[in-house]
Order: sequence, then structure tokens, then C-alpha cells
Amino acid sequence: MATVRIPTPLRKYTAGAEEVSISGSTVGAVLESLEAAHPGIRERICDDKGAVRRFVNIFVGEEDIRFLDNLQTAVKDDDEVSIVPAIAGGMR
Amino acid sequence: MDGMRTSTPTASPLPAAASFHVQQRLGRPARAGSVVELVGNTPLVRLGRIDKQTPGVEIWAKCEFANPGGSVKDRAALRIIQDALARGDLRPGVRLLDSTSGNTGIAYSLIGSALGIPISLVMPSNVSNPRKQVTAAFGTELIFSDPMEGSDGAIVHARELVDLHPERYYYPNQYANDSNWRAHFDGTGPEILAQTQGRVTHFVTGIGTSGTVMGTSRFLHQHDRRIRCIGIQPDDAMHGLEGLKHIPSSLVPPIYDESVLDDMIWMPTDEGWDMSERLAEEEGLFVGHSAGGNVAGALRVAKELSGRGEGGVVVTVLCDRGDRYFAPLKWEKHYVW
Repeated sequence: MATVRIPTPLRKYTAGAEEVSISGSTVGAVLESLEAAHPGIRERICDDKGAVRRFVNIFVGEEDIRFLDNLQTAVKDDDEVSIVPAIAGGMR
Repeated sequence: MDGMRTSTPTASPLPAAASFHVQQRLGRPARAGSVVELVGNTPLVRLGRIDKQTPGVEIWAKCEFANPGGSVKDRAALRIIQDALARGDLRPGVRLLDSTSGNTGIAYSLIGSALGIPISLVMPSNVSNPRKQVTAAFGTELIFSDPMEGSDGAIVHARELVDLHPERYYYPNQYANDSNWRAHFDGTGPEILAQTQGRVTHFVTGIGTSGTVMGTSRFLHQHDRRIRCIGIQPDDAMHGLEGLKHIPSSLVPPIYDESVLDDMIWMPTDEGWDMSERLAEEEGLFVGHSAGGNVAGALRVAKELSGRGEGGVVVTVLCDRGDRYFAPLKWEKHYVW
């Protein structure tokens, strides 16, 4: 299972967890599993059409998925997927 | 109501509160002894294409990008430094250290350079590269905090450093420093009153440290309690309106006092971003996303007034320019032709 790093403003969906282990062979599949495990979180990351919101960046390892295959980007079991707000706005 | 529908701000006489002294201060000096004298007294621009949508209601915006550091933050940074020097908190051998998501850091760096005060800044490592580079260009020391912890993580890290080396640093903490909002009480507020010839009916702006909205609103309310002062916050903790704070999920700035405000607008990121693009395409104003959010909020207020058949003069703030958020252009110090 991949490790997903959760940014502070989304930790209310993960009971405060900074990292969760999620299965899925692509970023899209990981987000689906993430939503199943933590309902409500996906809507904060993706828009109505399912695309990643403009102000959210997702990294697989060190690479921004916008420069890879977006939601089709492959995820391996030992990968770290980071969800990072595009900005450093106020959050606790 | 007719006066409010007039398109030129020179149509009505100056109110008593917009005193001779305020008028005197409004002109930007054509020649200055130091760059710090160029902070404030920014132009007020009519958003005449956008307010075509709101008959009877004018929308005006303070061009804070015209400050020498390129943002509204020059005002607070200058006042914070001036007051700290006057109190003796900043003295030889002491560095100013603060946490900042960018614009305040640029402002401190510029003013610190001009006044000979060494500056250290803590910022989340995911702030845009140009701003890391522009602060470093002034000779500022940069210290990075965890991008996953956001601006609150930078605040916590700055506090740790100051606790560890109290003799080395002066920590102004813009979130808790009264000089922050006072810069707007004595500057932005009187300027808006004078520049609108006292016709301002609504002031609408986003909340970051809350300095702009607190100081300006307090001044405008003191002049006339009927002027409506409205804050803007992102509609969710996970947002993309850089510089703005979603207070319910944030460390609440100690200078923030909700009771100063008459109302609150919860702004979706997309609405703010789209307005930034519209301002560039329709008004020739290429501004950042917080400015886009501010104008989107002002437009909501103007639409509501216009929809009720009321007039109004709605004023908001263009915090900075859009090019501040471009991907970095490498600054070559040595040109090869």
C-alpha cells in the first residue's frame, strides 16, 4: 500500500492522521480508496468533474502528477503520495 | 443617491474629516530622500468595466501593488519597524525575525535594507521561488519550515527560534502587532476617505493577518458608523487564495476582532482566481489571487446593492501584482550577449 501524506486542512477527515496507508495502482485509484476510507475528503481535492482542483498539487515521490500522467500516474506499493495545497495559507 | 451615481470622484466637496492634512499627504512625492517615503498614498482606481454590471454602484480599488515592495504589506512592515525602533526593540546587534508567506517578507527585506536593519524570515518551503529569491536579493536570511504545516508551521518555528535566542532576535509577530493595523488606521483608511471625497459606503477586503481590514474599518467606522466594512475569508480550510486566512481552521490572529466587521463573505477559490483573470483581461490590472478574491467580494456587495436599486461606492484592495506568482525567471547576474 502507498503512503498518502495528508495536509493539515484535510486532517479533519483522517482523525488527525498525517499519513494514511491506501491501496491503488494509480493516483486516481488511490483517491477513490482514500474517499472510501475517509468520506468527504475527495471533494476537497477534486472538483465536480473529478479533476484535481487548480490549487491542489499531488506529488508521487518528488514529482508533480501534472508533469506525469495526472490521475493516471502509476503508484507503486512503496510510493509516497503527497497532497499539498498550492499555497501556504493559514491552517492549524 | 444621485451623488453616488456620479462617475467622477471630484463631483462632491471634501468632507470635513478628509482634512487638509490628509489631502496634503495624498500626493506621492516626485522625489524622495529614501524609498521608505514611497510607501503608502497609493492610487485609487475605478473598476469601470466590472461595475458596468452594477448600475448605480461604483467599485474602486486601492492599488497597493504601487508600493515600492509591490504589495500592501509595505505599510504594516514600515510601521512595525518604525515603532520597534522608537521603542528600542530594534537596536544594533538585533535581527528582525518574523514568519511570512511572502509579501511581508519582501516588505521587511526592502525596508530593512533601506534602513540598515538585518532581517531573518521563516517561511514554508512551498512559497513561490521568485519570492524566496527576491527576499534573498535584499540580503535577507531565509529559514524554511515544513510545507505541510503551512503558515502556522512557520509561526511556530519562528517562535521556537526566538525562544532559543532571545538576545539575537526581535520578533515583531505581524499577527499580534498593533503597528500592523495602525498603519491602515492612519494610512489606508484616511486615503480612501479622501480619494472618494467621503463618498465611500462599503469597504470590502480579505483577512490575512487582518491588519488591513481592522485598521481601515476602524478608521472608516470612526468617521461614519454607517460605512459597511466587510471581511472576506476563503470558504474552506483547503483553499488557494494565498495570503488569506480561513479563520475557523487557523490560529486566530490576536489583532483580529470580529466585532469590528459588519459582515463576512466566504469566498470560493475559483471565484477569486477567475476574477484575477478577468481583472487582467478587462481592466488591465494583472493582480494576485487575493486581489481577485477581494474584487469578487466587492462585486458581490455591489450586485446586491444594485439589485435592490440602491447606490453605493464600494472600495476594495488590490494587494499585489500577478507577476509575483509566476514561475521563476532565472535572474542572470552576468549576461552573455
